[in-house]
Amino acid sequence: MPQASTQVPEGYVKAFFRPRSLSDAKYTYCPGCHHGIVGRLIAEAIDELGIQDRTVGIAPVGCAVFLYQFYRVDFVQAAHGRACAVATGIKRANPELVVFSYQGDGDLAAIGTAETVHAANRGENITVIFVNNQVYGMTGGEMAPTTLPGQRTTTTPEGRDVRLTGYPLRISEMLAQLDGPAYITRQSVHDVRHIQMARRAILKAFRNQLEGKGFSLVEIVAACPTNLKLPPPQANRWVAENALKYFPLGDLKVKGG
Amino acid sequence: MTRMLLRGNEAIAEAAIRSGLKCYFCYPITPQGELVEYMARELPKRGGVFLQAESEVAAINMVYGAAAAGVRTMTSSSSPGISLKQEGISYLAGARLPAVIVNMMRGGPGLGNIAPAQGDYFQATKGGGHGDYHLIVLAPSTVPEAAQLVMLAFELSDRYRVPAMILADGMLGQMMEPVELPPPVDPKGIPQRPWAVTGAKGRPPNVILSFDLEPQRLKEMNLVLQETYREIERNEVRWEEMATDDAQILIVAYGTMGRIAKTVVRRARKEGIRAGLLRPITLWPFPYEPIRRLSERVPTVLTVELSAGQMWEDVRLAVEGRAKTPFYGELGGVVPTPKEILSEVKRHATG
Repeated sequence: MPQASTQVPEGYVKAFFRPRSLSDAKYTYCPGCHHGIVGRLIAEAIDELGIQDRTVGIAPVGCAVFLYQFYRVDFVQAAHGRACAVATGIKRANPELVVFSYQGDGDLAAIGTAETVHAANRGENITVIFVNNQVYGMTGGEMAPTTLPGQRTTTTPEGRDVRLTGYPLRISEMLAQLDGPAYITRQSVHDVRHIQMARRAILKAFRNQLEGKGFSLVEIVAACPTNLKLPPPQANRWVAENALKYFPLGDLKVKGG
Repeated sequence: MTRMLLRGNEAIAEAAIRSGLKCYFCYPITPQGELVEYMARELPKRGGVFLQAESEVAAINMVYGAAAAGVRTMTSSSSPGISLKQEGISYLAGARLPAVIVNMMRGGPGLGNIAPAQGDYFQATKGGGHGDYHLIVLAPSTVPEAAQLVMLAFELSDRYRVPAMILADGMLGQMMEPVELPPPVDPKGIPQRPWAVTGAKGRPPNVILSFDLEPQRLKEMNLVLQETYREIERNEVRWEEMATDDAQILIVAYGTMGRIAKTVVRRARKEGIRAGLLRPITLWPFPYEPIRRLSERVPTVLTVELSAGQMWEDVRLAVEGRAKTPFYGELGGVVPTPKEILSEVKRHATG
């Protein structure tokens, strides 16, 4: 990441800036982790919409628990899985705020399933960024609700056996069945083209809130190179070749569109 | 002042609204249904937010969010529902967020029943959730007192940034009594919350956290809590005494039992037994000192509870062996009559 103080050599023009709403804090993520990309896309959306001084983020439990350090916006750290309930409380208390939660697959699709489904069903006017990397990253790589069939994790050492542990939960498809949500989409950030698409989706999910359209969720199918035990380029390929087969990309619900 | 005839549950709701309650989150459970229904009917009309959540877990986390956003917020439930809220209550305590939680206790453990009980004393006063924390716990024994204590709960919770609990039971919730209610508080009188998440406009971002992975810093966060608790212990202990001056036997009872114990004291006195009553109003901070003082001259301190003896432990800690400390309790939602308690008083006063 280029720092604000980076010297620009003579004859060069600085073209890549840190978004205003990102702080100077260094990411605590592992090399190649997709959280960093998603985090930046959120900051770009906040900057583009000019909402830095009215945005409140909700940090989950998991690798993104330190999220509050990375932004120059107000932040609340929620209990594991409860981010959508906390976001509901904030938004109802002060509808002028722009409230977003940032949650992993364990947080949103296992322990927080009820809070997620009901916030979506109420059409709560919040923005949810859901990073699905198919594993519990922070606790050491256990099986997540989204772990692929056959995928090895520390709690599925022989690979996920669907007869014992069920199938990966496609929660975005589930939510898309509800009348409440305004926008449910699945994106990825494993290459530049997809990063640009994810960027537009995140921007839309925030804009929806400003326009009072209601619950918007962007799922990002992401890589956890550390727990996949793959170098970042191979981890990106793993997402494209394996995860996206189970989690196809695209808009699942766009209300009125 | 407005005079109204209200059930305990309704009086708590009305007092909360008059305290400037902005957001109320709930999940239905008996015996506090009237509270939920009163809020659903009244709060939106009076500028507040009523939301029925998908669970008690969600409701307390909505309270956490609303408290973080800087408004007066409350949830209410009964024993099994309060157990579900413990995670969120621990987070409220850790993040130093003010909020009011009402527990209209019922029989337990497990699903128990819906009859009045006091089996949640340990849970309310000793933490309940994980970690080293306390709630301010207020135990009303009449409907007017319930209304007063709700207002006090909001005040104290704001002043100390500690969540407050109203610990009552189904009997008080259902009982109707006339209540004098003050006019709604002036919103300008509610303390400012410069720490709240209101958008980082013209100030550095505010962050609401209940964690720190660095042990030394988490210790410091804990020490702030502990200093606050010591300050509350110094300033906020509340209790009521009745006929303690010449008592030969002191009853200690709170809430519904405190109310019944007053009848017992009057009847005992008629029969020539010099009974007295100490009724804790704050269960945390507990009135150790006044009980200790009385135990120096009263030979018998009888604790009466709708439990197997939970507050009894605190009474014994206060008495420290200076007096006999018998216990009388009922379980499972059974409420003893004044006559039954009186015979216990007689037994211990003469024995």
